[in-house]
Amino acid sequence: MSEAGYNYRVVRGFAFSALFWLVIGLVVGLWMAVEMFYPALNLTPWLSFGRLRVVHTNGLGLGFALAAIFATSYYMLQRLNRAAIPFPRLAQAHLYIFNTVIALGALSLFAGMNTTKEYAELEWPLDIGVVIVWVMFAINVFGTLIKRREKQMYISLWYIIAMTVAIAILYIVNNLEIPVNLFKSYTVYAGANDANVEWWYGHNIVGFIFTVPILAMFYYFLPKATGLPIYSHRLSIVSFWALNFAYLWTGAHHLMLTPLPEWIQTVAMGFSIFLIAPSWGSVVNGYYTLQGNWDQMRSNYLVKFFIAGITFYGLQTIQGPLQGLRTINAFFHYTDWVVGHVHMGTMGWVTMVVAASFYYMIPHITNTEIYSIKLANIQFWLTLFGQVIWTATMWIAGIQQGAMWKATNPDGSLMYNFLDTVASLYPYYQLRFAAGLIFFIGILIFVWNLVMTVRKKPAFD
Amino acid sequence: MGITSKPVVFAVLSAAVILVGTTATVFIPLFMPSTQPVSAYIKPYTAVEQEGRDIYMREGCNNCHTQTVRPLRTEVLRYGEYSKPEEFAYDRPFLWGSRRTGPDLNRVGGKYPDSWHYTHLMSPQGMFEKSNMPPYAWLAKNKLDTSYSYKKTSTLNYGYPESNVQQQIEQYRSTVTDDAYPSKESRDKATPPELRKELTEMDALVAYLQKLGRDVKAMEAKK
Repeated sequence: MSEAGYNYRVVRGFAFSALFWLVIGLVVGLWMAVEMFYPALNLTPWLSFGRLRVVHTNGLGLGFALAAIFATSYYMLQRLNRAAIPFPRLAQAHLYIFNTVIALGALSLFAGMNTTKEYAELEWPLDIGVVIVWVMFAINVFGTLIKRREKQMYISLWYIIAMTVAIAILYIVNNLEIPVNLFKSYTVYAGANDANVEWWYGHNIVGFIFTVPILAMFYYFLPKATGLPIYSHRLSIVSFWALNFAYLWTGAHHLMLTPLPEWIQTVAMGFSIFLIAPSWGSVVNGYYTLQGNWDQMRSNYLVKFFIAGITFYGLQTIQGPLQGLRTINAFFHYTDWVVGHVHMGTMGWVTMVVAASFYYMIPHITNTEIYSIKLANIQFWLTLFGQVIWTATMWIAGIQQGAMWKATNPDGSLMYNFLDTVASLYPYYQLRFAAGLIFFIGILIFVWNLVMTVRKKPAFD
Repeated sequence: MGITSKPVVFAVLSAAVILVGTTATVFIPLFMPSTQPVSAYIKPYTAVEQEGRDIYMREGCNNCHTQTVRPLRTEVLRYGEYSKPEEFAYDRPFLWGSRRTGPDLNRVGGKYPDSWHYTHLMSPQGMFEKSNMPPYAWLAKNKLDTSYSYKKTSTLNYGYPESNVQQQIEQYRSTVTDDAYPSKESRDKATPPELRKELTEMDALVAYLQKLGRDVKAMEAKK
């Protein structure tokens, strides 16, 4: 509880849940990174790459990112509406059930209960669990909004509303399945249709977990941390509606040159290019907010997290649509280039903005100061350095493998067999592991810094 | 500013905006013939092949292997004829994948004898020193659980009567356990003695891999 009776207990619970799942997800990621060049590490069925990959993606996408989103959403909702959460007990139950579902999810994926639909791998009983978690959250979102004491809803609240609605639709539609038993089900869609539904989901779940709520954090915590108002309200309105409209058309750029009808692919390609505009609307809004106050890059340790984050978001949202173009896609798809692309978004944009938001939020809800600004700065450089090497390594590996797949001899025959193209990547995989380790050390410093912050005696009581 | 002070209206409007693209590119195509073409040449998986497919899914093979050959010159050279939509009529879920850490498998059926797969699954590194594929020797140590085979094929609307499912399983068991089975030597090497007369998970996986892309060859030959 705090000055205005706000519920910060649940905010803190979700924030530290996020840190927990972040560390678990990254440990799994590092393990897999070694397996890529040292397959002897596939020690048991539970530790084989095929099972670990889904633990990694679900642990970080649903565990870390959703927990961070719930933490910051509960905080922003109360502050921006000037109203406490109407159902604090429901929120507390939401915290416990969320962590139970994620823990069971990780265990079931380790055990091979896997529907194989990317980012929707959980089997049907846990799908129901996820829906329950989401409904519990939505009740408090709309409850707080309805009893708010602030007339206008700020931009961040729009993004939270859009996320709440969109994820409900995406998750339910893509996970419609017929159970065989408690641990096994089959999707209701077949073949090309299943692919189309899945990548509509896959692309947009990334959009509405890794973009929309992160923008909500960006629009709230950047002005809070700097004391500067967002540059343009009008630009944020246009960006918001254009982003929400265009995003849903683009899933099929993941299915270029597959047996999916060509017109769906082409429409997706067009809307992907269009998406650059609203994405860069937010980038421009971020940069211009600091107009005339760029000295804060030096004086305010949080600003560089936000600016690095929005920069990677800007690069991400140019790279993504370009990869979606049919001819470019023909070269890059199925290579490590795409893996590099995803990790620029998650390690560069999401982690940077979540870190800055937590550094601002945690001291505020515990009435204290950050434990160490110096450690936060060290974390910034380690995660930035780790991420840039990580992603650049994968881009180079992707270009190399793509080129080797396409290379032909003068007589028209293939120049390389498949194994040659794999073996040539091992040096890159080793470098990627080293970069991941640097990033991970940065994350451990981040976690340590926040743990020490809350363990400190409050500066004022 | 109207809607920014009305959260419920705002939510409804957001949902409407989100559903425009969804309806146009996902919901409507669900009912179009072009997304669900059928061909008499494409047959559903047998009960054993389906069990193999479920093991493929359980082990997350789709995380490293795609199952769709694109209509590109070098891709057709490497893997075979490009993928047709008819081929996937019985695929629930689709397993096209998104990353080729290993090669595409859409046309792997019939490319190698069963013995190749037993030896390779047991130890990929034994066959290709530089391979980074995890070894799956333990699949041959697990007896295949067929207790849900009928329920699975009926959930998937394959239309096999229960007796037929049992027959399919028994038939495949007698094929791979027969002394005349051409891949007997490598199967025996992979399979512990007590399971050599039973169906193992590896048997089912091999049956599934051998099915991939085989029906469509007849369809293409006809064209």
